[in-house]
Amino acid sequence: MPRRKGAPEVNAGSMADIAFLLLIFFLVTTTIETDAGLDRMLPPIEPPEEDVIIKQKNIFTVNINKNGQLLVEDNLMKLEDLREAAIGFLENNADGTCTFCKGKKNPASSDNPSKAIISLKNDRETKYSTYITVQNELVGAYNDLRNREAQRLYGRDFTKMEAEYLNPETPSSVRDDLKDKVKRVQDMFPQKLSEAETSTN
Amino acid sequence: MAKFTKKKDGDLPAVSTASLPDIVFMLLFFFMTVTTMKDSSLLVENTLPNASEIKKLEKKDRVIYIYVGKPTQEYQKVFGTEPRIQLNDKFARVDEVGTYILAERAKKPQELQNVLTTALKVDKNANMGLIADIKQELRKVNALKVNYTTYEGNAFNNLQ
Repeated sequence: MPRRKGAPEVNAGSMADIAFLLLIFFLVTTTIETDAGLDRMLPPIEPPEEDVIIKQKNIFTVNINKNGQLLVEDNLMKLEDLREAAIGFLENNADGTCTFCKGKKNPASSDNPSKAIISLKNDRETKYSTYITVQNELVGAYNDLRNREAQRLYGRDFTKMEAEYLNPETPSSVRDDLKDKVKRVQDMFPQKLSEAETSTN
Repeated sequence: MAKFTKKKDGDLPAVSTASLPDIVFMLLFFFMTVTTMKDSSLLVENTLPNASEIKKLEKKDRVIYIYVGKPTQEYQKVFGTEPRIQLNDKFARVDEVGTYILAERAKKPQELQNVLTTALKVDKNANMGLIADIKQELRKVNALKVNYTTYEGNAFNNLQ
């Protein structure tokens, strides 16, 4: 009898099929979408060392009650008007030190954008969706002002510049250039949005 | 001689498919590396509110998720219809949030521990009381960077 040759070759023709099967499984389970939302910083739990005295006129109080009604600076206000009111407060410029503001210079309102503080209070029974809408409008007020100044200085929107700066795929040379611009516009209207503890009644 | 007859000239040579498995494997490895398995199934209703002034949460490995909402239909018998907190795969009380954040933070690499964001995925019908309690817990463990995750859209649609 003739000697057998080595082990018979395994047919690898179905390898591609198996690989395709796995490939399709991973294709289906992959999620590449990213979440988006409103970024906020919470205040640290330790109170600051020294008490800072803030004039009442530099604080823009927004109160949301449990029915979703707004009390802004002790007046009832509709949600649609909140953004305008916040913009008016932020760039009021009572002491005249802000050269780029277009506010009314009302002496009873904020001194300048770096001193203006927005204080947001809400009830425990306020609905989350109302709260997000108010937050959105207040962040929107800052973004509108920053966009206006960024358009004037650099000819593009602040929000676009910031998104490009934060995007990890942006080349670092572009990022370094954007960093100063973003910082400058941010410093023109620093975001001071305080979230006090909720009231219980 | 029959053995040496030439092939007819018109015949196209067959394209070799021998490298097909290699190509497919390459694709397979790509998807295997970029895939992130969904690690927790939702036990709560989670219809997020809309907002327009949003920022993207870029890096998933730097995010800790907290879900809040009414328990879904099948859990309502046991857990009621009041909004609850979901951490990983189970319901939790407010006082468990702090330890959860610390445990998740400890799992991350050292260099990321200071840049973590807490993403609050809250159902639009939840009340702020629960959120305020969570925020208080987050402040206690010094997890100050939060992101209220929303859908992109007109914020005034929330009010209907």
